[in-house]
Amino acid sequence: MSSTTTAAAHDDHHHGPEKGLLRWVKTTNHKDIGTLYLWFSFIMLLVGGAFAMGIRSELLQPGLQLFEPQVFNQLTTMHGLIMVFGAIMPAFVGLANWLIPMMVGAPDMALPRMNNWSFWILPFAGAILLSTFFMEGGAPAFGWTFYAPLSTTFAPDSTDFFIFAVHLLGFSSIMGAINIIATVLNMKAPEMRLMDMPLFVWTWLITSFLLIGAMPVLAGAVTMMLTDRNFGTAFFDATGGGDPVMFQHIFWFFGHPEVYIMILPAFGIISHIIPTFARKPLFGYTSMVYATASIAFLSYIVWAHHMFLTGMPVAGELYFMYATMLIAVPTGVKVFNWVATMWKGSMTFETPMLWALSFVFLFTIGGFSGLMLGIAPADIQYHDTYFVVAHFHYVLVTGALWGIIAAVFYWLPKWTGKMYNERLAKIHFWIATISVNITFFPQHFIGLAGMPRRIPDYALQFADFNYISSIGSFAFGLSFILFTYIIVDCIRNGKPAVARPWESAKGLEWTLAAPVAYHTFDEPPTRAEILAESQHS
Amino acid sequence: MSNEKYFVPHGTYWPIIGSIGISTLFVGFANQMHDVSWGWPVMVLGFAIIAFMMFGWLGTVVAESVGGMYNSQVDKSFRWGMSWFIFSEVMFFAAFFGALFYARVLSVPWLGGADNNMFTPELWEGFKATWPLLSTPGEVGQSGVAFSTNFKLVDTWGLPAINTALLLTSGVTLTYAHHALRAGHRNALIAWMLATIALGVIFLGFQITEYGHAYHDGLKLTSGIYGSTFYLLTGFHGFHVTVGVIMLTVILYRIQKGHFSMENHFAFEGVAWYWHFVDVVWLGLFIFVYWI
Amino acid sequence: MKLLLTFTGAISALLGSRAAFAEYTLNMTKGITDISYDIYWLHMMAFWVCVAIGVVVFGAMFYSIFTHRKSKGAKAANFHESTTVEFIWTGIPILILIAMAIPASKTLIDIEVLDKADMTLKVTGIQWKWQYDYPEEGISFVSNLSQSSRDAINASPEKREALNNNEDPYLLSVDNRVVLPVDTTVRFLITSNDVIHNWWVPEFGVKQDANPGFINDAWARPTKIGTYRGQCAELCGKDHGFMPIVVDVVSKEDYALWVESKQAEKIAEAASATKEWTEADLVARGEEVYNANCSGCHQKDGSGIPGVFPAMIGSEVTNGPADYQIGMVLNGLGGMPAFKMLSDTDIASVITYERRSFGNNGSVVQPSDVTSAR
Ligand code: HEA
Ligand code: HEA
Ligand code: HEC
Ligand code: CUA
Ligand SMILES: [Cu+2]
Repeated sequence: MSSTTTAAAHDDHHHGPEKGLLRWVKTTNHKDIGTLYLWFSFIMLLVGGAFAMGIRSELLQPGLQLFEPQVFNQLTTMHGLIMVFGAIMPAFVGLANWLIPMMVGAPDMALPRMNNWSFWILPFAGAILLSTFFMEGGAPAFGWTFYAPLSTTFAPDSTDFFIFAVHLLGFSSIMGAINIIATVLNMKAPEMRLMDMPLFVWTWLITSFLLIGAMPVLAGAVTMMLTDRNFGTAFFDATGGGDPVMFQHIFWFFGHPEVYIMILPAFGIISHIIPTFARKPLFGYTSMVYATASIAFLSYIVWAHHMFLTGMPVAGELYFMYATMLIAVPTGVKVFNWVATMWKGSMTFETPMLWALSFVFLFTIGGFSGLMLGIAPADIQYHDTYFVVAHFHYVLVTGALWGIIAAVFYWLPKWTGKMYNERLAKIHFWIATISVNITFFPQHFIGLAGMPRRIPDYALQFADFNYISSIGSFAFGLSFILFTYIIVDCIRNGKPAVARPWESAKGLEWTLAAPVAYHTFDEPPTRAEILAESQHS
Repeated sequence: MSNEKYFVPHGTYWPIIGSIGISTLFVGFANQMHDVSWGWPVMVLGFAIIAFMMFGWLGTVVAESVGGMYNSQVDKSFRWGMSWFIFSEVMFFAAFFGALFYARVLSVPWLGGADNNMFTPELWEGFKATWPLLSTPGEVGQSGVAFSTNFKLVDTWGLPAINTALLLTSGVTLTYAHHALRAGHRNALIAWMLATIALGVIFLGFQITEYGHAYHDGLKLTSGIYGSTFYLLTGFHGFHVTVGVIMLTVILYRIQKGHFSMENHFAFEGVAWYWHFVDVVWLGLFIFVYWI
Repeated sequence: MKLLLTFTGAISALLGSRAAFAEYTLNMTKGITDISYDIYWLHMMAFWVCVAIGVVVFGAMFYSIFTHRKSKGAKAANFHESTTVEFIWTGIPILILIAMAIPASKTLIDIEVLDKADMTLKVTGIQWKWQYDYPEEGISFVSNLSQSSRDAINASPEKREALNNNEDPYLLSVDNRVVLPVDTTVRFLITSNDVIHNWWVPEFGVKQDANPGFINDAWARPTKIGTYRGQCAELCGKDHGFMPIVVDVVSKEDYALWVESKQAEKIAEAASATKEWTEADLVARGEEVYNANCSGCHQKDGSGIPGVFPAMIGSEVTNGPADYQIGMVLNGLGGMPAFKMLSDTDIASVITYERRSFGNNGSVVQPSDVTSAR
């Protein structure tokens, strides 16, 4: 079997990792790099979360207590940026690194040196981004969407550092995506056909195309910002014949695919976990693949639903409304397939399954509010209120982040070779799921009642729900301390795990020993092995 | 191919050096723009680090390639990598072309009162929405900011047309070089490569000349949206041509070193793809920036 | 659809009665214009559609979770594909979406199409205040967050509550309100002087970006007399949270009276600009103008925000030649907005205030200086 320890084709043989810290700097091993990504994103989650705690503390009560308005805006901006570019995206790339080669029976990623670079740009980009807090004029305070001209003519000098940080982040993502495409299409076992690939691989392959299409456009947007700010161009300045709204078009041409970049891999993860614990093959594998591809395609042509109030001609509004509503169809197909997978299964509720079920429920709620936002006339009342904030935290926190946490619990035994503490993990799950709803559900009401987003202080009728939301967020924040403990405890003291800790888990990764050897799949798996581990047999 | 297994390299320092290099370059650049005295030197340092990294990294790859450590699967990974990298470059240019189309088709007419902007002209009395935008709203309106649009257009059928011919020809010569490589005609190969590089260099020379004329005739980066799109599109293209010429030169050097065989010369092909991409972008530029 | 409407009615009655005794609301306002009703209807319709789908989907999911569990001895079936089923659950959502899109399109077109307006109000967003112009009536003024709210930001909770009890609600009150006649179609021309703002009055169903360099239009026909409050709804910098909108919709007669009084005010103001003012009067008036218009950036004590807004204390401008400063305040510069819309007297007094306070030692500026600088 291919699960034994063998080296890939090195010029020397049979060696494990180097010793010491330099191992992590120099590594070209997909598992090492995956680990680096995951820890980096976890730290960024804590940093971004700490900013969120700052936001929620200021919003606990009316009046200004902790932060000057300018500082509050910096917190909001940095919270959004760090969570999106620092926490969620790198976490998914980390998972891809760890899992894709093992799932397709490859010895490593296709371009291992570049893989190292993709990761090692991130800490530098993160450092540049965070260093803006200490510059004169403060950090960027124009929201994670950095609309011109607030981010051009009216922004502090630190904005130029922010621009370069975004360039670096984009560069890293593009290299990561290229690597994943090459790995999936070129490194999968010769006997594995496209329609044999597990869904996590499929969703990531499709996500990579979103990344390669969208990130360069973001690079273009920040480059135009840079020249508008420093070299006298007029892209976003009407006095020179440009248009600030043009910035929004370019930004959202990137920004909307970006939000699907953050959810598609989570869809993949959920499609692994539910069949495992329902003890039933994934329902509608083929339609899952097509649905993912349709979502990705549609995501390129709906961007202006973020811009219904910019004064677009009515034909544009109608078109973008219809296209946006259409996305509900393939997303619905995914939800229905998951429910059909559970149907007449034989379910158990280990921690990964709990997170997956919570995902299906809460993400769908976030999707519903998204659909409501997509109705252009109604968006007149929703736009830039907390209703939007509620929507995107349901899809991002209980969607993207939930997917990541589910994946961590599901594959942790494979990565570490140890089992986590199931009892504690379940307690953690319930604390998190309850408190996250206390945090974000009331935000629907605050938004409908008329509270704008991105404000440090609010009128008194919003006080009660803001109070509840803040209290919920503190509880949710504290739950991460427990989460950290569970992970560290598992790595340090966990009981040894078997190769396939979930009895009916399918996938080539489970054929490998736990913990996984440093190099795997020296010999590609055979057709029989692949079919035995396929998701739809 | 000598190695049947997929080559997985050892640990490497090049990426971290690259990261340090890029970060140094950017930090220097950002400081330079805010008139910090050490901006320039730090930028140059960053650039030097990147150059060092490129030499080192690519040198390692070349050595491995020549040493026969890559099998055909590795070769294919490189192909996937290069083609999707080029696609990402296409999308980068698409952002700027998008800005150009948006300005021409939407925002400039809107400033002149088109579509649902019938009230906008109140802000810009006397403004005429034309393309090329020969006077900006700010100049004719009351706003204090003036973009200097007092410029003469570049003549399409002068240098730009010549440049088009040059680049298209260079695509042909490069293809001939490829045929020569595959047929094992070393001298022809070198000759065609030299021709390609020469055409690229002449193109760049003309481009610089043209910038000189344009600048002299008042067309500047600050000439409103026309100048902005003109210089950023042609500028980024020119930058890509420069990179292409450098890469072609490196390839020529490697040809002389005898690195490529008749069957196995991915580096050559990758650079050729890149050159054709630069070519196609120019055609877009010629049509949409200079011509119509 | 009938059923839906009844549903909608029931739930809104429920929520409405709650709102009567609670201070907060749970749902979107129905507003006071036809458009705002339509929007409310669309919102509730979409909400109930989602609830209905949710009941079906989550119902199936929880039924399955509770019955098809291993601990209850459930044995796993092995079905995993059905093209028919996939077609059904692709097709039904499409039909639902089409049904939703039809009324939504109708409302959208209603919002866009306006044949004839009875009057025009021009709204200009400025960091962080609104300027209102009534072009036909020749009225124009600036509307800032009220001083009482400003003072309460860092004060005790009781102080804020007192404001609300005073019909002067915290953060939703301004010094100069917009006044509009009832049952009149008003066209809003919305633009900005600096960054993007967004003019939002929920009860009108109007929310429109104010883009610098472009004029967007929107319209409303308010049907009920009353006071309606909104806020800026696009992040526009530091005090984005502090630029509220207050509109008084009044009877047509009251509106005519208001217009008259405003026009009289304007004439008096113009007259005052021609006389010579004493330094003390200018400084006293200037302080008010400063606190309302300038302190948001340059701070009440003139200290500014380093790196973003220059300090007035010891500035080369406030201690230098007066002409330069007049030009700068009138026309703006970079991040500094133009203040052309203030009266000559206001500008002269605020400049004098800046030049004679904060330990500065600049010259006194008279309104006539400003008049000639325009
Ligand atoms: C992971 C991220 C993610 C995801 C998946 C989504 C999913 C969707 N989003 Fe969301 N969105 C964001 C992240 C995301 N969004 C963010 C970050 C913002 C704010 C950005 C900012 O301004 O800062 C935003 C803002 C945003 C807006 C702009 C609001 C405004 O600013 O005014 C709109 C408007 O159309 C929108 C729509 C949608 C829609 C229609 C979907 C759909 O994909 C949802 C589809 C899913 C379902 C509908 C549920 C399941 C389906 C069924 C059970 C089938 C049957 C259902 C029906 C037929 C109804 N989103
Ligand atoms: C991408 C993912 C993502 C994630 C995971 C989150 C997570 C959270 N977000 Fe985030 N949020 C965004 C993306 C995300 N957000 C974006 C894009 C915006 C828009 C920004 C903009 O307007 O430009 C936004 C804006 C936003 C706002 C609106 C701000 C405003 O408009 O002014 C609020 C307010 O409540 C908020 C709250 C939270 C909270 C409480 C969490 C919690 O889930 C966080 C939980 C995590 C932790 C708490 C960290 C871990 C714990 C510790 C460090 C130890 C314990 C610490 C303490 C208890 C102090 N977010
Ligand atoms: C939106 C924020 C903002 C508001 C409101 C504002 N200013 Fe300014 N002001 C600025 C900025 C930014 C500058 C710096 C402009 C520059 O130098 O580019 C500035 C500069 C100045 C200066 C020159 C100071 C110096 O040392 O360079 C004066 C005088 C001034 N403002 C007066 C006023 C007056 C009077 C008002 C109110 C009527 C006012 N400002 C309101 C942002 C503002
Ligand atoms: Cu003005 Cu926000
Ligand atoms: Cu979107």
